[in-house]
Amino acid sequence: MITYAMVIDTRTCIGCGDCVVACKNENSVPAGLNRDWVVEETRGEYPHLSTEFRSERCNHCAHATCVTNCPTGASHYWKDTNIVLVAAEKCTGCKACIAACPYDARLIMHPDGYIDKCTFCHHRVDQGLDPACVSSCPTHCMHFGVLNDADSLVSRLLRTRNYKALLTETGNEPNVYYLV
Amino acid sequence: MQRREFLKVSALFGASGVMPGLLGGCSPPPLPGTGDVRTTPTVCNICFWQCAATLYTENGRPWKVVGNPADPHCNGRLCTRGTGGIASYSDPDRLKRPLIRVRQGNTQTFKPVSWDEAFAYIAGKMQTIAERHGRDRIALFSHGGGGSHFRRLLQAFGSHAYAHPSFAQCRGPRETAFGLTFGEGVGSPDRTDMANSRCIVLIGSHIGENLHNGQVQTLTQALERGATLITVDPRFSVPASKSRYWLPIKPGTDIALLLAWMNVLINEELYDKDYVAEYCSGFEQLAAQVQPYNPEWAYLETGLEAAQIRATAHAMAGAAPATLVHPGRHVTWYGDDTQRCRAIAILNALLGSWGRPGGFYAQEKVALPDFPAPQPARPEQDWKTEVQARFPLVSTGISNVMVDASAGPDAFFKGWFVYATNLSTTLPAVREQLERAAQSLELVVVVDTMPAEITGYADVVLPECTYLERYDDLRNKAERTPTLALRMPAFVPKYDSKPAWWIAKGLAEKLSLGDYFPWQDYREVLDWQLKQVGSSLAEMEKTGVKAFARKTPIYFAAGKPVDFRTPSGKIELYSQTLAETGHDPLPRYVPPQRPPAGYFHLNYGRAAAHTFGRTINNPLLFELMPENTVWVHPAAAGQIGVGNGEYVRLQNPDGVKSNRIRVRVTQRIRADSVFMVHGFGHTETRLRLAQGAGADDAELMHNVKIDPIMGGTGMRASFVTLVRGEA
Amino acid sequence: MVEEVLVTARFNAKVDPSLTIWSWEIAVYLFLGGLTAGIMCFAAWSLLADKDKELPFAHNRFALWAPIVLSVGMTTLFLDLEHKLYVFRFYTSFQPASPMSWGAWILVLVYPLMVLQVFSTLRRGYPVLAGWTEKIPFGTGLLEFCERWRRPIAWWVIPLAVGLGIYTGVLLSALSARPFWNSGVLGPLFLVSGLSTASALAIIGARQAGEKHFFARTDLTLIGVELMLIALFLINLSTGTEQQLAAVHMVMGGTYTVPFWAWFVLPGLLIPLVLEAFELRGIRGFAMIASVLVLYGGFMLRYLTVELGQLSRWTDYGIQFDPQLLLRLTP
Repeated sequence: MITYAMVIDTRTCIGCGDCVVACKNENSVPAGLNRDWVVEETRGEYPHLSTEFRSERCNHCAHATCVTNCPTGASHYWKDTNIVLVAAEKCTGCKACIAACPYDARLIMHPDGYIDKCTFCHHRVDQGLDPACVSSCPTHCMHFGVLNDADSLVSRLLRTRNYKALLTETGNEPNVYYLV
Repeated sequence: MQRREFLKVSALFGASGVMPGLLGGCSPPPLPGTGDVRTTPTVCNICFWQCAATLYTENGRPWKVVGNPADPHCNGRLCTRGTGGIASYSDPDRLKRPLIRVRQGNTQTFKPVSWDEAFAYIAGKMQTIAERHGRDRIALFSHGGGGSHFRRLLQAFGSHAYAHPSFAQCRGPRETAFGLTFGEGVGSPDRTDMANSRCIVLIGSHIGENLHNGQVQTLTQALERGATLITVDPRFSVPASKSRYWLPIKPGTDIALLLAWMNVLINEELYDKDYVAEYCSGFEQLAAQVQPYNPEWAYLETGLEAAQIRATAHAMAGAAPATLVHPGRHVTWYGDDTQRCRAIAILNALLGSWGRPGGFYAQEKVALPDFPAPQPARPEQDWKTEVQARFPLVSTGISNVMVDASAGPDAFFKGWFVYATNLSTTLPAVREQLERAAQSLELVVVVDTMPAEITGYADVVLPECTYLERYDDLRNKAERTPTLALRMPAFVPKYDSKPAWWIAKGLAEKLSLGDYFPWQDYREVLDWQLKQVGSSLAEMEKTGVKAFARKTPIYFAAGKPVDFRTPSGKIELYSQTLAETGHDPLPRYVPPQRPPAGYFHLNYGRAAAHTFGRTINNPLLFELMPENTVWVHPAAAGQIGVGNGEYVRLQNPDGVKSNRIRVRVTQRIRADSVFMVHGFGHTETRLRLAQGAGADDAELMHNVKIDPIMGGTGMRASFVTLVRGEA
Repeated sequence: MVEEVLVTARFNAKVDPSLTIWSWEIAVYLFLGGLTAGIMCFAAWSLLADKDKELPFAHNRFALWAPIVLSVGMTTLFLDLEHKLYVFRFYTSFQPASPMSWGAWILVLVYPLMVLQVFSTLRRGYPVLAGWTEKIPFGTGLLEFCERWRRPIAWWVIPLAVGLGIYTGVLLSALSARPFWNSGVLGPLFLVSGLSTASALAIIGARQAGEKHFFARTDLTLIGVELMLIALFLINLSTGTEQQLAAVHMVMGGTYTVPFWAWFVLPGLLIPLVLEAFELRGIRGFAMIASVLVLYGGFMLRYLTVELGQLSRWTDYGIQFDPQLLLRLTP
C-alpha cells in the first residue's frame, strides 16, 4: 500500500482557517458543511499558557474502521493507497461509517444523501499536486507526501522532529501527523 | 459542549431523511477540475495587502482563487480572506443598481435609477453646493485603490479635501512618529525585514490573527530560523503562543515598558553606539529623559516583572541589529499613540535596526509615469487651514475631524463622497455625529460593493462591481522588490454595477470635466503605462505580475552617510519639530485611567477569518466565523457569574449597551480586560448573514482619546461591563 | 487546565454538536429484530419439545408474528437510509468485517426460513390462512412439505434466530468509536432482551392460562439474566478507559441517570419482575400489565442505548459560535 501522509507543523500553524476555505472552494463543499476544521488547545495556568493550533480532517487511517464497517464497500481505499474515498453510487446512507469514526472527523452528509468526506484531494494527488489545503496554507506549515519513500519531505520531517498523531490508541493508525 | 436533552419530542418524530434521499445522488458529481477550466490574473481586494492572484472558473462558474506564485506579496498563497474572496462575486446581498433617496409620503426610501439619472442628480447637487458655498466644500472619505478616481474627479471640481480613515483610525500615529524620527514612515507593505530578524518584538500586534500575508509569511520564516519572539499584549494572542516571552502588560502602559527598555539599553550600554553616533541626534537628552524609568518602576506601572523586562531587553540587544521592534499597524489606542510610536522608533534606533537587515529595509516603487492628462488646478486656499489647523504636522485628511467639520448648519463641508469605507463602524462612537452630519449635509454619495450602515445616510448609492469584475490601477507599492500587478476582470460586472473608473468618468462628463479623464476605457491607461516600463497589457494579462530590479540600495551601506529627511538630517531621537509645535520632544509616561469597579478594559482586535466588518457577510467567511465572542478570564467570569457560551450585552459607563454577544471564558486574557474581534454587530438589514450577529465595539467607545499630534482617535481607553439576562 | 475548542465554526449536520445519525427508526428496528429472534426461538423450541398441548399458542400461532414484526422493523430501517434508491447495494457485495453486511445477509437467510416455519404449523394455527394458501398453485404442496420437515426447519431456526438476536447487539458493539457501545456484553444482552420481550408477547397472545403462566415464569428468569447482564455491562465500562468512564458516567450520575434508572430499569425491568413474581404466587391480574411493561422496557433499552452511544465519543471539542447562525447560509 502506498501510504500518503499529511504532516502539519503546529509550531507555525496560526489557526487561520485558510485550509478550510481552500477545501470548500476546491471541492465545492456545500454551504454549512466542512471537510476540515481548526482546533485550538490551550493548556497551563495563567500566565504560563501554551496554545496549539491544529488543522484536522479525515486521517485516512491505515486500519480505517469506516472502511471495515461499511456494508456495501462504498467506503473504500483508492487504488492501492490509504486514501479513503466514498463511492456515492454504492452508498445507501446507512451512516455506519459516521458512527465508526473515532475522530468524528471525516464524514458529512451531502445534501444529496450520500456520505462525503475529505479525499486528500486525490484528484490533485493523481496529477502530482498537493491537496488544496496544503497548497493554500500561508505559513507553509502543511506538508504532504508518501511515507513509504524514505526521502520524501514527510518522511524526513517525521525522522527529524518530534510529532504526534491524534488518538493513536484507537488502533486506526491515522496518517495525519502533527509536529510539536 | 451542548448535549441533547433526553427525549425531545421532535426526536421521536424526527424527519430522518425520508424525502432528501429518495431523489438525489443518482450519480456522484464529477471530480473538480475535469470541466472547462479557465484562469484570469487578478489582485485580491479583500484587504490592503493586495496579493496578486489567479481566479479559476470551471464551466463558466467561479471555482477558486489562488495566489500568484510570482508575487512576493503572497508567494503563491492567499490568506484566509483572500481564498474566501471569490464568494464576494456571488454574494446575493451586493449592491445592484444606482439608488436615489426619495420621499414617499412620510417615509424615505431608495429608488433604483439609471446611471444617467444618478449622475445628473449628483452633478446638480454639486453645482448647487458650489454656487451656495464654494467648490471646495466636498469631502472624500476613501479606503481602497478605486478612490483615486474620485479624488481626481473632486480635485478637478475644486474640492481637495480627502481622508483615508486608515490614517486617523489606524496607521496615522506610526507614520507621523516614524516620519518625525527617521524622516520617512513605515509605509504599506510595511518595510519590516522580518525574514532576516533574529529577534522580533510585537507590541499589541497580533500578526497571525491580523493576516497581512507578507507579514505572516516573513514572521513564520523568522520563527523557523529560530528567531526570538517577544509579545507584549494583555491577551495571549496567536503570536504570544509562539513567543519565548509573553508580557501580559496592563493596558495603556506600553510607554512605561518602552522607556524601561531604553533605560536598560542605555544604562547597561547595550545600545548600538556606532549607529547612534553616526546617524542619530539627541542621544544625551534621551539618556537623561529615561533615567527615572527603570524596570522596578516599570513593574509598578505595567505589572511586568523587572527581571522579565531586563531579560527581554538583553534578548533584544543580543540579536541587534537584526532586532525588530515592530511598529504595529493599527496603533490608534490611547491618544498618546504618536508618542508611543516615537518610543518604538527610538528603541529601534538604539538597536540600530533602521536600514539594517532584520530591521527595516528601504522601499522602492516602479517608476511608473502617470497617464498624460490635465492636472487639476491647485486650490486657492488649503482646506486644512480651515478644518484641521490644530494639527499642522498632518498633511492628509483626519477623517474624524472632517466628520466634525460636516455636522451642523455652519459646517465647512456640505457634501460627501464615501468610497468603500463604512464610517459608522470605522470611526468610534460616531453615530450621533453622523446623524447630525446627515441633517446638515446637502449631498451624500456612497460608492461601494456591499450595503453597510453608512449606506443608510446616502442620498445616492452607486454600486461598484467587485474586484473580480474590473480593471483598476496597476498595483505599484513602495516595497522590497518593485513589482507591478494587474487586476483584470474575470467576470462581466453583475447586475448594473460598474468599476470606479467608469463611475468617476461618467460623473465627470456630466460635470463637463471629462477632459480630466482623456481616455475611453481604462485599458488604454494601463497599456500606455505598461509600455512606458517595457511591458504591455497583453503581457500582463498573461502573467499578472512583473518584477523589476531595484535601483536603490535596500539597506544602509557601512560607512556611507545617510541623509535623513528630518530638520537635522539625522535620526531625531529628540524631535525638534515636536518641541517647536508645543509637544513633548521625547516620549514620557502618563498613567492611564483605571476602569471603574466592575468594569473591564475594552480591547478589540482582528481575527484571521475577517477583514474588519467588510467580510462578515461573505458566505465563505461567515461560515468560518459567524459572530464574535467576548473573552473573559475565569476569575472575572466567576465574579460576574457568567458561564462559557452564555450571551450577555456589553455596557459602557455612559449606559450604552451593545447587541448580544457570546461569552468565551478563557485564561488567554488578563482578568482586568475583555477582548472582542472588531467588525460585528451589523445593523444593516440588507446584510442578511451579518445583521444582528455578534456585537459592535465601536459604539461602546465612550472614552475616545484624540491624539494631540495627528488627530487620530485612540480607541482602547474605553471600559465595559457585562450585563446578564437581557440577551 | 485544558481548553480545547473549535476555532472555525463547524456544524456538520448529524455530526455536530454530537452524533444524531440514528434515532427512533434504528431503536425500533433493533427492538423488533430482537423480538423476532425471540418469537422464532420460542416457536421453534416449543415445536422441538413437543409442547403443542401445554403451549399451543407458541407451538402453532406464534411463528406468524415473526415476519410481521420483522417487516415493520425493516421498514423503519429503510426509512433511516439517506440514499434510499441505493438500498439494493447491500446485496451487491459482502463485507466480512462489517456487522451490518452480516446482518443484511443473515436477513436473506432468515426471511425464507421464517416463512417455512410459519407454513410448518399454519394448518394447526391459522386454518383460514391455510385454506387460502391451499388455493394458490403449489400451496398445498408447500404446506405439506413444511409440515413434514418441521423439525429440521425448527433446528435451523434456532441458531439463525439466536444469530439475529445477537447481531443486533454486535452491530453496535463493533463500533469502537462509540465507547458506550464497545462492550462484548451488548450482544448477549440484546438477545436476552429479545427473548424476554418475546415471552411477554407470548403472555399477551396466549389464551391458555397454563401457557401464560409458563411464559411468565420464563420471562422472570430472563429478566433476571438481563439485569445481571446490565450490571456486568456497567461494571465493564466503569472499570475501563477514560472514554468508557465518561460514557458510563452519563447513566451513573450524569444527565441520563434519571432516564436510565427511572424510565427504563424501574418500569421496564424491576416492576415487571415483581409483577410476574406476584403472578406466580397466585396474585392474579398483573400479567398483562407486566407484559406491556416488558415490551416498553425492551424498546427503551434499545432507544437509550442508541442515544447514549451517539453521545459517547473520543473527541470533545468546545464550540465558540452559535450553530444556529449557520442556518442563515441555507434558508
